[in-house]
Amino acid sequence: MLSIKNLNVKLEDEDKQILKGVDLEVEAGKVHAIMGPNGSGKSTLSYVLSGKGGYEVTEGTAELEGVDLLDMEPEDRAAAGLFLAFQYPVEIPGVGNMTFLRTAVNAQRKARGEEEMSAAEFLKVVRAKAKELKIDADMLKRPVNMGFSGGEKKRNEILQMAMLEPKMCILDETDSGLDVDAMKLVAEGVNALRSEGRGFLVITHYQRLLDHIKPDVVHIMANGRIIKTGGPELALEVENNGYADILAEVA
Amino acid sequence: MAEAALKTDPVAAILEGREVLATGWSAAARSDALARLQASGLPERRDEYWKFTRPDTLTQAQAPQAAVMADDEAPLFDEMDRLQIVFVDGVFDAEASDDLALEGISIERLATANSDLHWARDVYGVLEKRGQDPVSRPLAALNTATATDGILIHVTGKPSKPVNLIYNHKSDSSDATLHHCIKLDAGAELTVLENGPAAARLNKVMEVEIADGASFNHIRAQGRNHERRAATHLFARLGTESEFKSFTLTMNGVLTRNEAVIELTGDDAKAHIAGACVGDGDFHHDDTVFITHDAVNCESRQVFKKVLRNGAIGVFQGKILVKAGAQKTDGYQISQSLLLDGDSQFLAKPELEIYADDVACSHGSTSGAIDEDALFYLRSRGVPHADATDMLTLSFLAEAVEEIEANDLREEILDRLTGWLGRRRG
Ligand SMILES: Nc1ncnc2c1ncn2[C@@H]1O[C@H](COP(=O)(O)OP(=O)(O)OP(=O)(O)O)[C@@H](O)[C@H]1O
Ligand SMILES: [Mg+2]
Repeated sequence: MLSIKNLNVKLEDEDKQILKGVDLEVEAGKVHAIMGPNGSGKSTLSYVLSGKGGYEVTEGTAELEGVDLLDMEPEDRAAAGLFLAFQYPVEIPGVGNMTFLRTAVNAQRKARGEEEMSAAEFLKVVRAKAKELKIDADMLKRPVNMGFSGGEKKRNEILQMAMLEPKMCILDETDSGLDVDAMKLVAEGVNALRSEGRGFLVITHYQRLLDHIKPDVVHIMANGRIIKTGGPELALEVENNGYADILAEVA
Repeated sequence: MAEAALKTDPVAAILEGREVLATGWSAAARSDALARLQASGLPERRDEYWKFTRPDTLTQAQAPQAAVMADDEAPLFDEMDRLQIVFVDGVFDAEASDDLALEGISIERLATANSDLHWARDVYGVLEKRGQDPVSRPLAALNTATATDGILIHVTGKPSKPVNLIYNHKSDSSDATLHHCIKLDAGAELTVLENGPAAARLNKVMEVEIADGASFNHIRAQGRNHERRAATHLFARLGTESEFKSFTLTMNGVLTRNEAVIELTGDDAKAHIAGACVGDGDFHHDDTVFITHDAVNCESRQVFKKVLRNGAIGVFQGKILVKAGAQKTDGYQISQSLLLDGDSQFLAKPELEIYADDVACSHGSTSGAIDEDALFYLRSRGVPHADATDMLTLSFLAEAVEEIEANDLREEILDRLTGWLGRRRG
């Protein structure tokens, strides 16, 4: 599904290398988790994959189902099936959450040559999915993420994911800022989307989310590289011992 | 000798070919205004009040040519039930207008209203004159002295529909001087809509006297004609518990200077003024607002938004003056511009001058580009770059457009802005 080879990324305006040869393969139907110390490059990886400006790929490739992602505009990557749940969702004053969602859903459908969703159908679907995530009608009406609490913003990201039904979902610390109940809701939202044809890359610092969303593979990222890959037990090891042992092991 | 002196005097030059009526009910006001104009002279580049806007094309004797733009859009307010009053190149067009009759108001044409006992005597040039202090507004004085047409509306009740002043620009060289007077009696209500480009060059004054408990609502769209020039003045005086609301949409026009001079003279009055303007290329738009609080517990609110691209220039000069004794004043002012490229410019001079101690006044002015994080967020969800830019641009303007209370009017204005942005895709 998602295939990243020797990805090297530096900042566009600065001589600062952030990703130093990332190799990662997420298969369809699988959930991969990435853990790693602060500043190791996890968010940068997710931004570069989704096409944010300010970064320069100096080497390597990233493909989604065999299609080169790095050459595409962000909106084309989205239409191709890539989704990023932001670590820090952006507030957009003046743009209604509903309008935004419907524009996004229909823009993707249009880009793929599919029929657009009618206003009525959209409303029905969004209401049902919002209800599952305990997002109330008022939040749907408000401008995008404006005045949302940290946890509400994260739930709103999952609502967008549920509406857009992407093939490859990247979740960047979607668990941070969530209370225990909200974490369950979000995990349920993610689990409901788990399917044969869909891949997940879940960036997190904590084992707790992975209790709910059981990963198939866990990677440890440090200093711009994947330094260790293992099964779910790797996350438990990090939870218990931190990164010191793993870092020492590869050094 | 005398002739040579005349030629070099800009006031004399612009007065040439214009008549200062010496008879009729407005004669005294006109000669008074002429004296004001002669005392102040015409605005010049070096005047502090014209620091950001060059007045020369507004003050030169001959109006610069402005090509009439073919417009395939249906006029604004077309679907509404309203009383239509049409001016073509600054001349009232009886044929195209409705009968000037509506329950609750009386309407007369300035050019033919010649009764000696005219109510407008207490308004015509009166509010304009009050507005000359502390800053002189020579173009308004010129207007009072030489206006050739306009409309006089006396509102005694609550008319069932709005009055729509519709302007048509048909001649490349038209130079219009229009003067409207509106007087709302106590408790009366009126909505005035204005739309269309009035002339190649327009000098327009609207004076609005709002008595106690009356309410005036004003929505204007200044016609999307690329080359037109306009200097407009809106003078309003508010009585106790009265309300004034004004919204202006400006799309294109090579030069627009909109001055508003609002005096809150009765307690508990409310004045809201807002503007949304979009400019592309050779476009200069200036909002100059002066609000005076001279009574207790009044509220004033200014919301101005400008979207500028391809070297367009936006200006905002806004002042709130709170006089001694105007306690419990609530004054708010915001002016913002969205610069869609590095060539465009926004020049702002917000001012507060306060002589009372129990007031809450705030002002803010910002100028910036599209928020890159918001743009990326929208694009990452699949919204194409151009759509995302338009969404953010419209949402920026929305704050000003939302000042319009009536849903249908608000939607119409937003549609126009959407259309304007749509035509600039590519
Ligand atoms: N635009 C930028 N300008 C300057 N430095 C940047 C920029 N983007 C990333 N960095 C730097 O790159 C490094 C990696 O940052 P990144 O946000 O990817 O880390 P992370 O692994 O997501 O960390 P965290 O766990 O704290 O979220 C950090 O040192 C960060 O300061
Ligand atoms: Mg991060």
